[in-house]
This record gives sequence, C-alpha cells and structure tokens, in this order.
Amino acid sequence: MSQWFTNTFPNVVYQGWSGDTGWWTSIVQTLYMTFWSAIFGGILGLIFGLGLILTSPRGITPNKTLFWIFDKVVSVFRAIPFIILLAFIAPFTKLIVGTQIGTTAALVPLALGVFPFYARQIQVALAEVDSGIVEAAQAIGSSFWDIVFGVYLREGLSEIIRVSTVTLISLIGLTAMAGAIGAGGLGNMAISYGYNRFATDTTLVATLLVLILVLVVQVTGDILAKKFNHK
Amino acid sequence: MTESIIELKNIDVTFHQKKRTIEAVKNVSINIDRGDVYGIVGYSGAGKSTLVRVINLLQEPTRGSIVVNGTTFFQSDEHSGQKTRISNNDLRVRRRKIGMIFQHFNLLNERTVTENVAFALQHSQLKDDEKKAKVAELLALVDLSDRAEQYPSQLSGGQKQRVAIARALANDPEILISDEATSALDPKTTNQILALLKKLNTEFGLTIVLITHEMQAVKEVANKVAVMQNGEIIERGSLLEIFAQPKQQLTREFIETATNIDKAIETISHEPLVNKLKDGEIFARLSYVGETTDEPLIAGLFRDFNVTANILYGNIEVLQDTPVGSLLVILSGDPTQLQTALSTLHDHHVDVTVIKGGN
Repeated sequence: MSQWFTNTFPNVVYQGWSGDTGWWTSIVQTLYMTFWSAIFGGILGLIFGLGLILTSPRGITPNKTLFWIFDKVVSVFRAIPFIILLAFIAPFTKLIVGTQIGTTAALVPLALGVFPFYARQIQVALAEVDSGIVEAAQAIGSSFWDIVFGVYLREGLSEIIRVSTVTLISLIGLTAMAGAIGAGGLGNMAISYGYNRFATDTTLVATLLVLILVLVVQVTGDILAKKFNHK
Repeated sequence: MTESIIELKNIDVTFHQKKRTIEAVKNVSINIDRGDVYGIVGYSGAGKSTLVRVINLLQEPTRGSIVVNGTTFFQSDEHSGQKTRISNNDLRVRRRKIGMIFQHFNLLNERTVTENVAFALQHSQLKDDEKKAKVAELLALVDLSDRAEQYPSQLSGGQKQRVAIARALANDPEILISDEATSALDPKTTNQILALLKKLNTEFGLTIVLITHEMQAVKEVANKVAVMQNGEIIERGSLLEIFAQPKQQLTREFIETATNIDKAIETISHEPLVNKLKDGEIFARLSYVGETTDEPLIAGLFRDFNVTANILYGNIEVLQDTPVGSLLVILSGDPTQLQTALSTLHDHHVDVTVIKGGN
C-alpha cells in the first residue's frame, strides 16, 4: 500500500508532512487565513450589511448620506479584482502588520477582499426579514438595538448562516490566490509545487483537500441554517 | 362622561414618489372616545391603514396634530408648517400603551409563543418571575396556554392572531389598533377574534380602533363607524345611524354587503311575482330601526288600510342591542289607500324605498 502510494504520488511524498513546504503546514496556513480573515472580514461585512439595511430609505433610520457611503465603499471594493487588491494595498498591509508578505500579511487583503461580498450577502439576507415584523416591533416600543439584535439578526439568523457559508467557501477560494504574496496554503501548494513543476499528483491532492474543506463548511452551514429556521 | 383618548386634527399624509404626489390622507379629523370600538371602513387604497399608523406615529403626517391620551405626539403649525414631534424615547414609552395587531400577524418566526409575548415586555419594570406570570396570564386570556412552547409556523391563522393580541396587550395598553386583523382569516375564526376583541372592550374598557374592508366585522363589534374613500372620511356616526340611515352611496354598498340585501333584491327581481306586478301592486323595501319592530306593522297595514303585504325577504340585525330590519315586500291594495299606508309607515320611521311599480 505504502509502496504503491510512493510510486503513484511521488511528488506528494516529496513535499513531506511538516516542513516549510509540507502538507500539514499548508493545511494550517489555509485554515489560519480562512479563520482570521473570516472574523475580520465578517465583522466588517456585518457592519456594512446592517448599515445598508438600517439606513436605506425603507430602513428604521433612513439616512441618505450614510447609505451612500456604505453603498459606494462596498461597490468600489467589490469592483477591484482580488489579485490586484493584494498588490494595491501592500503599503497599507505593511502599516498594519509590519510586513507585506507572508501568511499574516495576507489577512489584510483577504479581509478587505471578502467584506464587500459578505456585506451584499448580509444585505440580501436581512432584506428577507419581513418588514411587518419590524413594524410590529416598533409598534410595541422596541428600541433601535432591540430591533437590530432582537429582530434583524435573530429573525435573519438562518439566512445569515446560509450566506456566511457561501462567503466562507468563496473565501477559501481567495486564500488560494494569497500564495502570490508568499502566504502559502493549499492553493499555493497546488500552483507553485504542483502545476508549475508539472507535479500533477500534488495538484490533485491539494485540490482534493480544498474540496474536503469546502464540503465540511457546506455541510456544517446547511445543518446550522436548518436548525435556526422555524419559518 | 366620555373623553377623547385619540384626537387627530386636520391630518394630511402626502407621499412623494418620482414625479407623482399621492395624497393618502386628506384633512382628516377624528375623535375617538375612551371605551369606543371605532370602526374605520373603506376599500383598499382608501387610506385607512395610513390613517391609523399616524396614531402611533409609525407614519408621520405631513400636516395636522395628534394627541393621544393627553400627550401631543405631533403638531404642525397652521401658518409656518413648523413641525414639533414627541422625542423618540418618549414615543417608545407611549407606544407601549398602544397595542397594535396586523393582517399578517407579524409574529417573530424564530421565537416561541411565550418568547413572542415576552419580547414586548423587554423594557417593562416587572421582575423576571413577574414577567413569566404576566405572559402566562396573557396566554390564558387568549386561550393558548397549551401552545406556549410552539413556534408561530406550527399555529393556525387564528392562533397566530391570538398570540399577536397577547403580545399587543403585554404592557396593559389603553388602546388597541387592529389593522385588518381579521382579513386573512376564515369567517369562523374571524368571529372568534372579533368576540375576543369585544370581550377586551367590555371587560377591560380597552379602546379599539378597527380598520377593515368588511362591514360584517364592524357590525359585530363597533359602536362607531367612519367610512373612508380616497383619503377622506366621507361619512361617520354611531353604528346605528350608519346602518339605519346611510347617506353616501359607498356606505350603502358596504352595508349591503353585510346584510346581503343587494343579493336578495337581485334574486327576487327575477321572480315572476315581481317581474309581472299587477296594477296597484308595488315592490318595496321597508327599513326600520329600533322600537318600530315591536309594533305589528304588517298586520296594521291590513287592518287600517286593507293593504296586504307579501313578504319576500326579511333580515333583522341586532346592532348595539337595537334591532335593525329590512323587508322586501309586495304591497297591494287600493292605490289611494296604498299611498296613505306608505305615508303612515313613514310617520312610524319606517324608511320605504319603492323598487318597482306604483306608477
């Protein structure tokens, strides 16, 4: 079995397990990048998504100026292709994390790259919350924060989980590109050590690992979304 | 002694859309007394929902003044148009004393029945165990104690509306606004909900503002009625006045849908009896209110004027404990006697409408 594996996937074995370019290192790098950029990008996206809903003309605190700002920031950042964003914001990255390259440096462009997408997703998810329920909450004298947390985020939870799953999966896709600034990860493994070196077996295994990761996220998201849906 | 609990004065609500101005409510003034069940009737688009949303400022008017329970919510100056509005904090506190229920219930889907009612108590001064007791008491009132831990999706429409009523009553409001609350329900459930509203009115003295397009619903519970059309109140009065002497065409239409008399006239008109009226016969509608119904009206016609009455259709409603009746009859007799009989009926406050014959 082991002999068969070594013969069939020589380059996979060559990469090793725990070294700088090993498989375990790549997996950890991908998880690290996905996790932290999901946290930072997620918070930013949630704030902008909520902002878009609350300040829209039909929201609970209509505000043309704020809405315009939220809308334009999201649109502009969404319009920049990720690979260009990586390079474009390098000075800003250096300002925040002290370096322009490496796994941690990738968090800045990843978070900034994913947040506008997530903000739009959140906007759509929260728009699904019945405006009648919001009106009923206003009629019983609920405060602004009651409505944000008690109505929008609570009633929209299932839908928020669903769009978060979609966003997380697209974020895993973005981490593959972060290899361009030396962030490592499974995407980098597939391209730099697999494709570029004609090591098809390495590309295949790296792709399979990404696929498993995506599948785990998808299934977990589906289960949670269902659990929190009582409609 | 009655006092106004809701005073709306010269309310205008104008919406500006691209290139278009919609006057949803035009110069409406309305006074609702404590303990009233005030029905506001109109077709969809008449502006009734917009008008009641003005009461708790869910909709800010373009002009006018709103005083609820002695507190001025909104006022615009007649000359300068300067608007003054209650502070947001005050408004939230006041809104807790104005319950509201909706056509589509608007319950929180992700919360159980108990949590839905408790949601309204978030800012109440009650302690946690008192809140629990209050929720239980409210659910008992609307007869849903056994559904406390279920989610709205597991309930029928009538049950959902009862949860909504319990939620609306959580902060012991003095006013309940019902915005088409029975319009999405079947007739039987509608009656249950209306009976519950009636009970809340009589037992707790709750003032109810009832918006609907169903005259039937108003007839069951209201003591006063206003009819709205194109943003204006075209007719208003006590339930009896409106039902007995409707002045506007639209009001008559609404009443006829509630009494089925229009259908009866339609059907009976095709009967040979009416189709081929003999000389000296007239097909008429007699309408009367109150005590008149106690007198042997029809017998009197024959006894005093030798006029026979063939009753083809009859409908008697008891509104606010007063009988209101409509009869479709063929009256026959000597033409002079018939005329005298008709004027006698008129003297007895019986409204006679000749539908056919009598030329």
